[in-house]
Amino acid sequence: MKGTSGNIGQTFATASQVTDQKDYSILNLGPTHPATHGIFQNILTMDGEIIVKAEPTIGYIHRAFEKLAERRPYNQITPITDRLNYCSSPINNMGWHMTVEKLIGCEIPKRAQYLRVIIMELSRIADHIVCDTVIAVDTGAMTGFLYLFQWREKIYEIFEEICGARLTTNIGRIGGMERDFNEKAWSRIHAFLKEFPKALSEFDKLVTRNRIFMDRTINCGAISAENALAYSFTGPNLRAAGVDYDVRVMSPYSSYEEFDFIIPVGTNGDTYDRYMVRMEEMWQSLSIIEQAIKNMPDGAYHAEVPEFYLPPKEDVYSKMEALIYQFKIVMGETDVPKGEVYHAVEGGNGELGYYLISDGGRTPYRLHMRRPCFIYYQAYPSMIEGGMLSDAILTMSSMNVIAGELDA
Amino acid sequence: MHHEIHPNASPATIELHNHVKDALLNFFGNDVTGSQIDYDFPVFTVEKNRVHDVLEFLKNNNDQSFTFLTTICGVHYPDNKGQEFALVYQLHNMEKNWRVRIKTFMADKDLNVPTATDLWLGANWMERETFDFYGFRFTGHPDLRRILNMDEMNYHPLRKEYALEDAGRDDKQDKYFGR
Repeated sequence: MKGTSGNIGQTFATASQVTDQKDYSILNLGPTHPATHGIFQNILTMDGEIIVKAEPTIGYIHRAFEKLAERRPYNQITPITDRLNYCSSPINNMGWHMTVEKLIGCEIPKRAQYLRVIIMELSRIADHIVCDTVIAVDTGAMTGFLYLFQWREKIYEIFEEICGARLTTNIGRIGGMERDFNEKAWSRIHAFLKEFPKALSEFDKLVTRNRIFMDRTINCGAISAENALAYSFTGPNLRAAGVDYDVRVMSPYSSYEEFDFIIPVGTNGDTYDRYMVRMEEMWQSLSIIEQAIKNMPDGAYHAEVPEFYLPPKEDVYSKMEALIYQFKIVMGETDVPKGEVYHAVEGGNGELGYYLISDGGRTPYRLHMRRPCFIYYQAYPSMIEGGMLSDAILTMSSMNVIAGELDA
Repeated sequence: MHHEIHPNASPATIELHNHVKDALLNFFGNDVTGSQIDYDFPVFTVEKNRVHDVLEFLKNNNDQSFTFLTTICGVHYPDNKGQEFALVYQLHNMEKNWRVRIKTFMADKDLNVPTATDLWLGANWMERETFDFYGFRFTGHPDLRRILNMDEMNYHPLRKEYALEDAGRDDKQDKYFGR
């Protein structure tokens, strides 16, 4: 091993460096393998069906977001964040808006905060639907996937009604929401809240206590709480290992402190626990959405920040000030204060943080994104070594590694 | 020592800032060159050759217990002569919900920094990413290779001298936009 110090290096030995006498075979898993659900390459050293060493290669869809952000005005960075964890884009968007709002010291009206909570929890459900149904698919349970996956479609229809887009949403604006929810959006949300619990219970009955599913997932790809923390895990994967860290509770944003919900935790940190944590989080998200609707405050859906928030079109054509602001925003000429902020939200996969350095210009001087997938995927070799190849596939899908967030 | 407090800092942040500052000054004295509060974050600047000791202290000292490494990133300040590069660590004490940011500045001639992989397993890829984009040499790192860019690349793309746009283009100059 080159430059090894201590026992840590062992995890990162390359496949060619396994030097005992056995005749191992090398298996190239990915980058485009249907079972990895994304662009992931792992060079596996196999002893029969057992993985001896795994060496991941990442960066296949690296798009240099941090570099791009240094050239873009603040409002034009939101579409970049869509493409991080594209299973729950709205959470990324909101995280970015809140980072800039923190920098400019902008207070968001309560109603906008509650609308954001509804959107973020809907996207959390969409994110967890993807992960949990795909775990089921990888154990051979296609039916559950087909039943539940159409509900992700319904969530996308709600997003479409709110912002006009489905997957890469660019939802909300710096200062609030771009518009209030319309009648159709509300009726879709109510229909979702009424029908989705039935579908989720059905999926639960089909999969959770299924003998084959349990045999396949329990003790598969486990990680201890201690190791998970050492690897800087966050989100459902950390909670599955038994650590109750959730950004929504520890550093509440967007009025999460006013909601009553439970942080589910697991004990073994294995695939089954990760699945179970996400299942329970979907129920909790439903409850949060219901609370938000019940306590929805009246009032404005965006703050008075004319330098960031596009004025109504009729004003642009009739008022001088509105025209100036429209021009400044569209051309990206809004200056922001100097400063450094870090803001984190609980994304679908854990703590999604934006570390923003502003030198007072129209674009960030530096934007670093703390991407939970990138950080926890490095533990993947240590979680699959010594296990079967089929377990490695399950471990990857239960960690919910999203290529967009991994590679940025 | 440079010292600065953000006007909107909360009392809890100021208290945390003073708590960490006192301990760091006590143990590291003049090697702590700056302390400030940026919004809700206590920030400490330390000498490069002590940064590993500071991280180790903050992690293992019972009164600090910043046992969780949130993120590592680099920053390039080409105009800051003699201190062109900054390395930023963010630590988290999850029990008390304390967060701090540790910064260290260095000249572009010597980008060797002791690795933090012996303190946190998760520092491995974070440092590889920082090396990939800025060229910091983490001494003692078990596997310091590029991670997101291809291995053949011979520069570190997040440095400010690499413009995002193709240098040959002349249709996007600032003067056309009144800048």
